[in-house]
Amino acid sequence: MRNKILWLVWVTATLAGGVAVAAVMYYGGDLRSVFLIGKTTSGHHQIEMACDACHTDMFGGIDALQKGCVTCHGDELKAANDSHPRSKFVDPRNADRVAVLDARYCVTCHREHQPGITNAMAVTLPTDYCALCHQDVAKNRPSHEGLAFDTCGNSGCHNFHDNRALYEDFLEKRHGEPDFKEILLVALSNWTPPADQPKPARKALAALDADAPADRRGALKHTADWALSGHAAAGVNCSGCHQPRKRTRPDEWVEAPGAKVCATCHTAEAKTFTEGKHGMRQRDGLWVSRKDDFLGLFEDKGLPPMTPALARIPMQDDAHATALTCNTCHGAHKYDVKFAQIEACESCHADDHTKAFRMSPHNALVDREASGDLPKGSGVTCATCHMPKHLVRDDYGTEKIFVTHNQNDNLRPNEKMIRTVCADCHGLRFTIDALADPALIKNNFKGKPAHHVESIDWVENRMRERARRQQQ
Amino acid sequence: MTKKLTIAASCTALACAGVLAMGLGSPAKAGLFGSDDKKGVSYETFTDMLHLVMASDREVYTKMVVGRLAAKEKVIKASEHFEDEKALPLPAQMFRFGSEKVSSKTDKFTYQLLSLWPINKQNAPRTDIEKKGLAFIAENKGEKPFYGEEELGGKKYFTAVYADVGVAAPCINCHNAHKDSPRTDFKMGEVMGGVVIRVPMN
Ligand code: HEC
Repeated sequence: MRNKILWLVWVTATLAGGVAVAAVMYYGGDLRSVFLIGKTTSGHHQIEMACDACHTDMFGGIDALQKGCVTCHGDELKAANDSHPRSKFVDPRNADRVAVLDARYCVTCHREHQPGITNAMAVTLPTDYCALCHQDVAKNRPSHEGLAFDTCGNSGCHNFHDNRALYEDFLEKRHGEPDFKEILLVALSNWTPPADQPKPARKALAALDADAPADRRGALKHTADWALSGHAAAGVNCSGCHQPRKRTRPDEWVEAPGAKVCATCHTAEAKTFTEGKHGMRQRDGLWVSRKDDFLGLFEDKGLPPMTPALARIPMQDDAHATALTCNTCHGAHKYDVKFAQIEACESCHADDHTKAFRMSPHNALVDREASGDLPKGSGVTCATCHMPKHLVRDDYGTEKIFVTHNQNDNLRPNEKMIRTVCADCHGLRFTIDALADPALIKNNFKGKPAHHVESIDWVENRMRERARRQQQ
Repeated sequence: MTKKLTIAASCTALACAGVLAMGLGSPAKAGLFGSDDKKGVSYETFTDMLHLVMASDREVYTKMVVGRLAAKEKVIKASEHFEDEKALPLPAQMFRFGSEKVSSKTDKFTYQLLSLWPINKQNAPRTDIEKKGLAFIAENKGEKPFYGEEELGGKKYFTAVYADVGVAAPCINCHNAHKDSPRTDFKMGEVMGGVVIRVPMN
């Protein structure tokens, strides 16, 4: 009897102890990685320690996971006119399709922590999944007869979610374009606001106008750099960033203003920064530990900024510890956009495409623009393609240029780059072929595409057929 | 004094009883479908009314917006790629956006625009009732709707199909000229497709 009780006490104590240790490891944050059940995808590995970003509720099942997906990706999907929205699959007429592939939930196709079965775009289904519903595609598109179902996504032709890049009418409209257009300029590089648009009334500032108190001045260079920057030109003084709450707390001085301060003016830039690989760790709501979660034992702790050491693509050895914040590329006070367009990228990235840039025809244009040989807007930098400018209008029709800081935005698939960038200078046929040629991408577009995407020929065939039918 | 109290008490009691009686006497909240008190709305009436709203809005958009601005005044085009081309969404797209909004807000009914001769092949009928319904309204030249029941994904649905008629020149012209249209001979007033409304039955 006594033995039995001792056993019981021992088992209970062991279990309780185990649970307590596990809880401390989990809620404490730092030791959480032992709970990772498999290598996280490259889309999520940066935030894998913020478990509840995805596991929004420990016992919530698939709906709790779905909530996590939608929190970060919902707006993006809406903006992409998702071709397979949830609404299509909750519709009873598609119940038979849902039985085959439950596309109401993201995790049906995107299972996390499953490195063995994870394909491009973090899809964990066999790559020919389109066949599950679209077996009969050749009935209406004879050109597609016999095509393997794992080629639907080639060259950006078809995507499950985002099909804005390419569609038949778009190809039809642009199939005849020459490889190089007549005017070779990045369209928005010379943008000026419309003449009738009211301009913000701000007075440009000079070094003497600097309003930092004497004991906060720091190096002279700071003031000198600022005086030459866009901030001074736009009338943004020292206090604009260092005293963000000047009106309510006139004595406060923020030594190193963070992204939140930048975001008060550069809202869209800051938001898109947290949507891409550079700034995703700084997105709101990502926690490694929370004070409220476990008896108040732990502090509220978020994720520190991304560093090249955490990256899964080749990076410069001497950059491993560089933390990625706004100032990493934009350098405080100077805010040199030229540096941010090429040098900043090169200082961390060490993959073939980046390393080949200086020898590329695009960089030759940058050099010729710098020497005055070519007009402003001729050069094509890293940022031209990966952080392109967008012309946006607000609800009152006010035009504005905004530079997306989500470097991923036009890479999934890379054909999304056609409209936002390539089409300014290149014809569609040339562009599609180039973007589908991995060797050409690797050497940073030095040479002509060796790959040819046939779909543009199919479109031409259909146009000819239609013309023939109309003549009859 | 006691008399006053008694009067006050009886008044209070009376008032309470009155309120109670009103509460009990007011008609029980009408069960929408097939409720025992027969005060609910039949499935047919429910879908008829929904369809009336949908069809009216659809016709108004086609005539007052697309027909007027695109066909007649020629100040703007209507295009499938309305974002790229800064154009008006097609009537069918407007309809679908509405339908998607509804399905994000309720699961009490769903609806869509289908056709036996679809431009967008995803708008072809899929279930037996859809096929039957679309054939029925085409045969009857849209004079009466089709009602049926079907089981989908283990649930029972009341499904109504209403004719979608070429009510304005743009309907006919655009569909007859579209490269993906399987028919090029639609005429004014002809049934071009159907609105399918589904209501889960419990
Ligand atoms: C400017 C061209 C245009 C006009 C005008 C137009 N349609 Fe359509 N219609 C389309 C296109 C394109 C689709 C396919 C849209 C989709 O689902 O992506 C479509 C879809 C439909 C469908 C669903 C089946 C299918 O073909 O995919 C029906 C039914 C339909 N239209 C009927 C009408 C009627 C009735 C009108 C007038 C009230 C009308 N359409 C006006 C172009 C047009």
